[in-house]
Amino acid sequence: MGHSAPKIATIPGIAEEIAGLLGSMLVETVDRADELSFTVVREKLADAMVVLRDRAQYQQLMEIAGVDYPERPERFEVCYHLLSVTRNHRVRVKVQTDEDTPVPTVTHIWPVAGWLEREVFDMYGVIFEGNSDLRRILTDYGFKGHPQRKDFPLTGYVEMWYSEEDKRVVYKPVKLAQDFRSFDFQSPWEGAQYVLPGDEKAPQAPGAPSPVAAPPPPPAAPKGEPAGATPKVTEKSEQTGAGEPANSKGHEKSPNAPVPPEEHTDEGKGAAKPEDKS
Amino acid sequence: MSTYLDELEQKVSADDPTLGDTEIQNYTINFGPQHPAAHGVLRLVMELDGEIVERCDPHVGLLHRGTEKLIEYKTYLQALPYFDRLDYCSPMGMEHSYVLAIEKLLNLEVPIRAQYLRTFFAELTRIKNHMLNLGSHVMDVGAMTPNLWLFELREDCMNFYERASGARMHAAYFRPGGVHQDVPLKLLTDIADWLDTRLPRLFEDAISLVADNRIFKQRNVDIAVVSKEDALKWGFSGPMLRGSGIAWDIRKSQPYDVYDRMDFDIPVGTNFDCYDRFMVRVEEVRQSARIMKQCLNEMPEGPVLSLDTKVAPPRRGEMKRSMEALIHHFKLYTEGFHVPAGEVYVATESPKGEFGVYLVADGSNKPYRCKIRPTAFSHLQAMDFMMKGHMLADTTAVLGAMDIVFGECDR
Repeated sequence: MGHSAPKIATIPGIAEEIAGLLGSMLVETVDRADELSFTVVREKLADAMVVLRDRAQYQQLMEIAGVDYPERPERFEVCYHLLSVTRNHRVRVKVQTDEDTPVPTVTHIWPVAGWLEREVFDMYGVIFEGNSDLRRILTDYGFKGHPQRKDFPLTGYVEMWYSEEDKRVVYKPVKLAQDFRSFDFQSPWEGAQYVLPGDEKAPQAPGAPSPVAAPPPPPAAPKGEPAGATPKVTEKSEQTGAGEPANSKGHEKSPNAPVPPEEHTDEGKGAAKPEDKS
Repeated sequence: MSTYLDELEQKVSADDPTLGDTEIQNYTINFGPQHPAAHGVLRLVMELDGEIVERCDPHVGLLHRGTEKLIEYKTYLQALPYFDRLDYCSPMGMEHSYVLAIEKLLNLEVPIRAQYLRTFFAELTRIKNHMLNLGSHVMDVGAMTPNLWLFELREDCMNFYERASGARMHAAYFRPGGVHQDVPLKLLTDIADWLDTRLPRLFEDAISLVADNRIFKQRNVDIAVVSKEDALKWGFSGPMLRGSGIAWDIRKSQPYDVYDRMDFDIPVGTNFDCYDRFMVRVEEVRQSARIMKQCLNEMPEGPVLSLDTKVAPPRRGEMKRSMEALIHHFKLYTEGFHVPAGEVYVATESPKGEFGVYLVADGSNKPYRCKIRPTAFSHLQAMDFMMKGHMLADTTAVLGAMDIVFGECDR
């Protein structure tokens, strides 16, 4: 019987039909778990979407999701989830991009894309060419950095509280009373790719009682990232505000820092104007 | 006065009819972030021409808590309670999408009683959500009494939540593989009584006060009319889409759990305005009660959680006696289960519309990426286009008919 997730009737030959419609715009088709994904050429995205909407009857754009794969040369994947209310079917369209290469906007096809693209821009820093209103949307006014990137720490860089002394809300670099600890509970005997802390000197001879060692790895990479991949760090500290006195008066931006097209770029993250949130 | 009129007389000339008019600039106001009718922390920057809204720019994100980022650092089970806290008016509706997404990745079969219970509680959630929304909608446009009556019913729903899961709001009741605990028979019979007596009496009483009320109609009929084409273009879903005359309901067209066995109708709007959206929700409450009664009639016996020991924790009694069950219990609550690599997008019909979860798994015990598709995000975006040309006072009616909760919109 299998799972009880929403049952979507498969339309016979739909993958071939869409592949035929997309033609040379299509890079790859993946059909897994009853879900169709089409990777398309980034520059042709808008054309592909028009074809899908007008000729394949996918009328609704439900969602744009960004995903970050730091080990890939083009690290970001932007996934568009389309729904056809007449054929009762869903497909996913993907493009890949990196920090600097813009993705063509689809706001002229579906106005709903405006905010969805703003969110992907806010969370990942993906630029959408043609979106006239590419401001931040979910993060704070004057926020710096793109928090959903894998190299952005969970704790963030800046914390904010109401200061009784200054009688206003202040922004300061994050200071944790205790280091953030991310425990790894994965079973070491099920093919862990690293040596457990404290097991470094464990006997490796045959018949040894210790866990059969995984091949001695390069410096233990945290689980969850592919072995050997070093996390790509692309944000300079002046972009994120890490470790600098955020509220100091003489806070100045590096002249090299690219200015993202966002609201309130003229002010430093620290100098929150009181009327900002009022 | 006479001199003023004389002056005007002299200023007006046939060549330039606007001579003498004073130029008035558009007025920009802030609606919120703390406004009782905004249902949370919404800031609307509105440009007014007199009392007519010319432009409306919603600022969201004031309740952004980084849920998606947090989920990437939690095991699949630990991430579940975050979903209760998205749309805190319909917690189990949010859990539903998430557990179905995990089950789809695992291809995990759910026992039939668990499927019935989930359908049953998902519909209870729909009633609970609509009680809050309908009540606050009528209060936003000026009526007080129905809201209090509907809150009584909402309180009943919360009590049922508590008796099933132990928590009034943040239930964490749906689990990958089923539900957390079986429900006592007395709870089901009590809900059956409630469906037969208290719910119809209080609900129909409250609705009879507003449904044909002249003031309520004046505030809602022909307000924010959205055509079918616009509703599709702006990514509407749920009662907003049905209010625009499109009979689209994921429970019918892409059924999950046991919705394919249920017999229910989908109400649609004919006038595409705020009143239609309100009445669609009113009818949905009646249909939900119908589904719940069918669930009660057909409720099968059996386990309520999958028997796959690698995913679902053992029952407590079994854990106390069996060594293997104890080991499984320990591993599942420390390491958690592993989900095979893959990606799924699972959307269910939450009370507010299509609530989707795009889950990317990398084969480990934590989600690689969990994108949440909120309903309110798309609806709120259309605020600018829906408000254009309406009066300032219509804002609350439009917002009320959208059914926005910021926990979900801002994540």
